[in-house]
Amino acid sequence: MTITISHLLVVSIVLLASGLYCVITRKNAVALLMGIELILNAANLNLVAFSRFVTGDIDGQVFALFGILLAAAETVVALAIVLQVFRAFDTVDVDRTDKLRG
Amino acid sequence: MKVPLLSAMVFWAFAILAMASAVFVAFSRNIVHAAFALLGCFFGVAGLYLFLSADFVGIIQVMVYVGGVLILFLFAVMLTGKIRNPEKSNPSRAIPGGLVTMLVTLGLFGYLAFTTPWQVLPTVPTGPTTSQIGDALLGPYILPFEVASVLLLAALLGGVLLAGGVRGRSRLTGNEQDEAPRDSGGNT
Amino acid sequence: MLSYEAILLLIVLGIAISVVFVLISKFLGPKNPNARKKSVYECGAEPQGSARKRFPVKFYMIALLFLLFDIEAVFLYPWAKLFRELGFLGFVEMGIFMLVLIVGLIYAWRKGALEWE
Repeated sequence: MTITISHLLVVSIVLLASGLYCVITRKNAVALLMGIELILNAANLNLVAFSRFVTGDIDGQVFALFGILLAAAETVVALAIVLQVFRAFDTVDVDRTDKLRG
Repeated sequence: MKVPLLSAMVFWAFAILAMASAVFVAFSRNIVHAAFALLGCFFGVAGLYLFLSADFVGIIQVMVYVGGVLILFLFAVMLTGKIRNPEKSNPSRAIPGGLVTMLVTLGLFGYLAFTTPWQVLPTVPTGPTTSQIGDALLGPYILPFEVASVLLLAALLGGVLLAGGVRGRSRLTGNEQDEAPRDSGGNT
Repeated sequence: MLSYEAILLLIVLGIAISVVFVLISKFLGPKNPNARKKSVYECGAEPQGSARKRFPVKFYMIALLFLLFDIEAVFLYPWAKLFRELGFLGFVEMGIFMLVLIVGLIYAWRKGALEWE
């Protein structure tokens, strides 16, 4: 059996497409953030795959590590904001939190 | 790269786990199920990292995503959801547009992934990566590394301030009408 | 490329053995259920109420702090592996990293985020 970089890219493309679908269609802000996590995972998978198959050095994996760090920091703050939105609007539906809309 | 049949089966098992979970996260109508499907996705990606012999990143994926991010998501679901009816806890809108975007992404990037002549290495490097990552982090990447600590500090301050504000105000307003039975002292 | 076949075999065997044992006891064991036998015993307390009610936000606060210091621990691993080769300079570099995060810890502490009540 041969496994090429294209097979790994297929996995990350499916993750990216699912994440995009999630971000576009979800009304619940928490589910929307799950889609962003999927997209970030797809990016990290690409970085590691290219660092192993194409460049052969460690840089891609260090980038993936920083990507994981960014994803965690983003999740912490974003979910705290979602909690505050829930306090203020009593809902996390992103279509109904439109008080600032002109 | 040529791999034995067993390794290929392992690869496809993890790949299918990751892809199926991701699609389930996208289409599930129950947000609690979606959160648990996210677990399968993270594990699948971690398995793929291990398959690529990126051992450090794989373990970190399990530690940070499964041990931390997923717990945060579950807590956020439990904190915000009025899950009276779990089947409809995860509504969607603009489904045609989402499907079109998804299919275009799949088609376009899939076409690129299989038609681009990637300049792959003749042999894929293997072996443990922790020391190499340490050398890179404390060597050429020292500035991003220190900036990352500032980013973590900012996230910590922001998270504590925002979530702490939630706690402080909930004691004053007591916005818990929709929840009759609540154990005493659970709100402070 | 894969040097983890042994771990994989361990996982597969672990899952298979536990599944097989559960199935064996399900199909072969005699069943005379009554209320006391069906209750939760030696596995913790009886669950009270629904698991789908809202959680107090202090759980989120603890999870938040855990995640951020989890990340910090992640970055400590490669440093610990290379501690002897990096010497004092590596110690100083990691010290700056830790110091910045300890500032955050002190802030969270003073803010009362570590208090349960």
